Amino acid sequence: MALPKPDELLQDVNLHKAPEKHWMDIKPEFKRGTYCYAVEPQVMEDLGLPHMGQWQPHDEKWPLPPDWKERTLNALRDRLNRFRSFKLFMDICVRCGACADKCHFFLGSGDPKNMPVLRGELVRSVIKGEFSPLGKLFGRLAGARELTEDIIKEWFYYFYQCTECRRCSVFCPYGIDTAEITIVMREVLHELGIAIDWAMKPVRFCHIVGNHIGIQPHTLKEIIEYLVMDIEEITGVKIEVPINKKGAEVLFVPPSGDYFADPGIYNFMGYLILFHHIGLDYTISTYASESGNFGFFNKLELAKKLHAKIYEEARRLKVKWILGGECGHMWRVWHQYHNTWYGPVDFLEVPKSPITGTVFENAKDNKIVHICEFTADLIAHNKLKLDPSRNDHVVVTFHDSCNPSRAMGILEEPRFILKNVCNNFVEMPENTIREKTFCCGSGSGLNADEYMEMRMRGGFPRANAVEYVRKKYGVNHLACICAIDRAVFPALMDYWVPGVDVCGVHELVGNAIVLDGEKERTMDLRYRPLKGKEGKEGEGV
Amino acid sequence: MYNSDKVIPGIIIFIIFFTIPMWLNLGGAKAIPRPELPKEEKNCVESKEYMRAYHMKLLLKWRNMAIREGKRTFVGADGKTYLISLQNTCMKCHKSNEKFCDRCHKFVATHPDCWHCHIAPEEVAKLRRWQNGNR
Amino acid sequence: MNVGVSLLAVIALILIPWIGVSALGLDSFFGIVIPYLAFFVFFIGLIYRIVQWARVPQPFKIPSVCGQEKSLPWIKYSRLESPANTWEVVLRMFFEVVFFRSLFRNLRADLQGRRLIYGSAKWLWFGAILFHWGFFIVLIRHLRLFLYHVPSILNYIDYVDSFFQIGFPPIYITDLMILGGLLFLLLRRLVDAKVSYISHASDYFPLFLILGIVISGILMRHVYKVDVYGVKELAIGLATLHPAMPKDAHIGTIFFVHLFLVCTLAAYFPFSKLVHMVGVFFSPTRNLPNDNRMRRYVNPWDYPVKYHTFCEWQEHFKEQLQQAGFELDEEWCKGQNVAKENKAA
Repeated sequence: MALPKPDELLQDVNLHKAPEKHWMDIKPEFKRGTYCYAVEPQVMEDLGLPHMGQWQPHDEKWPLPPDWKERTLNALRDRLNRFRSFKLFMDICVRCGACADKCHFFLGSGDPKNMPVLRGELVRSVIKGEFSPLGKLFGRLAGARELTEDIIKEWFYYFYQCTECRRCSVFCPYGIDTAEITIVMREVLHELGIAIDWAMKPVRFCHIVGNHIGIQPHTLKEIIEYLVMDIEEITGVKIEVPINKKGAEVLFVPPSGDYFADPGIYNFMGYLILFHHIGLDYTISTYASESGNFGFFNKLELAKKLHAKIYEEARRLKVKWILGGECGHMWRVWHQYHNTWYGPVDFLEVPKSPITGTVFENAKDNKIVHICEFTADLIAHNKLKLDPSRNDHVVVTFHDSCNPSRAMGILEEPRFILKNVCNNFVEMPENTIREKTFCCGSGSGLNADEYMEMRMRGGFPRANAVEYVRKKYGVNHLACICAIDRAVFPALMDYWVPGVDVCGVHELVGNAIVLDGEKERTMDLRYRPLKGKEGKEGEGV
Repeated sequence: MYNSDKVIPGIIIFIIFFTIPMWLNLGGAKAIPRPELPKEEKNCVESKEYMRAYHMKLLLKWRNMAIREGKRTFVGADGKTYLISLQNTCMKCHKSNEKFCDRCHKFVATHPDCWHCHIAPEEVAKLRRWQNGNR
Repeated sequence: MNVGVSLLAVIALILIPWIGVSALGLDSFFGIVIPYLAFFVFFIGLIYRIVQWARVPQPFKIPSVCGQEKSLPWIKYSRLESPANTWEVVLRMFFEVVFFRSLFRNLRADLQGRRLIYGSAKWLWFGAILFHWGFFIVLIRHLRLFLYHVPSILNYIDYVDSFFQIGFPPIYITDLMILGGLLFLLLRRLVDAKVSYISHASDYFPLFLILGIVISGILMRHVYKVDVYGVKELAIGLATLHPAMPKDAHIGTIFFVHLFLVCTLAAYFPFSKLVHMVGVFFSPTRNLPNDNRMRRYVNPWDYPVKYHTFCEWQEHFKEQLQQAGFELDEEWCKGQNVAKENKAA
């Protein structure tokens, strides 16, 4: 797949010019790099879900089931009767266009159907044209149209060009949230058997094995052992990691990306160092070994299915409360959905930090705490021995991951941590951070390799802000609290802003923590020399 | 229905808001006040329809003619010539601003500022009587 | 085409009462029957829409959080952008509905070569404020024509609104606001390529319609005067449910044009995007607090979902677990089975 060079990619993007043709007359063009591959039928079968057999989006004729139209309309009707959000958002948009240039996919592609308003209109038009007598009467004048096979293709194309980041909903005067529309529309497509492979395989893995990557219990143990060895090599301290320990106080659930791949593993090492440092009585589970949730990118029912395990595991291990790792959509699900799905959570206790005694009142009902809340509290109570100069080789900026910021509002905690563990922390321009943060361009299950062109386009606004601070302050690290961010940013940075590494917040915490009995540190968790210790990193090995 | 604890009061507020006129008029609406028309004179300087809708425009025109251009004659619709003067021409027939002008103006809640400067002959007489009485 | 069709539709709507009143003399049809009909449709239609929304549950608590959450006591949280209780939600909604707070955030993005530049873009907010506030005050001001005893507050509003005393009768500030706002919104829809591309005829139509109402109203006040006394007689009759055409008064045709356009707007309202007036109150991303972990939100149609239980999983990975030296938890599975049997019994 030939990905255009960065300077060429945006040549055809004009944000202030619209196509000649009416959008209803433009069919989606399945150009390589702009769509994800269809799901393998076996995956759907393993999960008992409908599928369309072997097919690919670029096929001229899709093998839609014979009753596709009826099925689609029924699915839509069903959602209109169950989701007030969806029904309302279909009804009240006035097409003021405030959302138009807020979507990262629009900014990176210039495709008008990536304006949130038009993305919504793709469905709104069909609902008017199929269910409303007035819509049927006035047709295109009222923005109504009949459902056709091409529209199914269009839906697939554009609802898998939305990362459910909710940036548009911040700017909408009625709070219309395109993520909500995308969630519903992916469900509707699912009922026809349409799904993407990259978002479904992790669901199957997570369902059967326990995590997205499909790491089996014994392998997880081995990985952790390797990481513990690395930590020992770097710090000189051997760390015990409790796995499946009954009666621990806290069940810690990290995203699998954090123990699977670079640079997540460094973040995981950061968690382990932190827990060892404060002597936390915790455990990791091999059964509930995934805090992220790819089910959420497909169907709410699947999301509920995957995370039910966490609560069974908490019950089985008789822990007091649950601590969640750094992850984006995960925290959307944990914060906004868990309590509704799995509550009342009366078998756990109100989370209380065993180190500081702080009671997490904000999590008193659902008993789940974000690790940044936990760590920020530790630092505020001066319970961590920190040496921020060990991050002096790092000039870091913080990327607010979409969902922790716009679904949860965890803005200050990670910044507070970063300011305490690093000496060089700078902010990106204000219109690109906090609640106005830009998506990585690959969220919601779209971090597939075959989707690279669209990922580079969608990630462009974020990368552009990083480029700005790189030029201005020499930023060389992009910290984030999302596992998908950590998985996709390296490629995005290599493409747009070479020279910027990606890290989790707790990796930097791990660098800064001064462990009891540690040796003189010359390397960070990535075996890179610390500032002023260059050339010494080989010593002692 | 969900959230009826908020939706039903919402509907009630909505209905009340858009039917305010009905509620505020309850019991208060009486026969519509009619201005007292001159008994002797039947014709005004222009037609009745015109005067009902446009009298303020005419008075404005009169003011401009009299004050700014120094013209004091006006030819009415019936071809007759009139002296341009609120107090001497209009109020010759419409003697009481209370019974004629104000009745209507109060009713439709409009606030002409004629009486900031002018004074109706009726008022002048009243004032005289009061002054005399005081002596 | 969208623009032309909408404009033609509004012109047709102007001609209907014009011909109906001036040529056919259908005064009481346009003065009494149509207004009642239109407002009946307005009320029933809007209540129907409200009930339709209310009948659909909001399954999850999904506020769009636009500020710091309430978490640790030493971190100041944003009461308006991340409301943690009902009172703060009320405040957030108040600012949203009354001052269009979200729209105030609006930005403009421009691509310059390889650089994205963001600028403040408050014009849309300003135009919307002019239009909506203008409309609201004009509506309130019209009460003077419907109320037998005009409350003094209306006189004050009138006084302030005509404060500059320009022209005679004085020009209302709100008339200029609504006109300016409308023209801006219309112009923006025509000129901005993005907004123009997403606009349907049904987006232009209400703009032209309200523009028709505003212009006819302004003309009526300043150029083609009508017998206000007669108008009020009719209005009070309508409001007190004793409708009658005013005796011996002739109200100008332009009044009927104005009234007919208002009636059209009222009747069209519930079936168009204009329902955003009521819909905004239902918006789940704005009217719910960000307190999910503090207070549980119940989804009325929640149903149990079958998941891969620990025991099924343990069975599946028995070998690997034993190999890795993990103890099997038979006890838990026994307990689960017992619980299952009890449930079945």
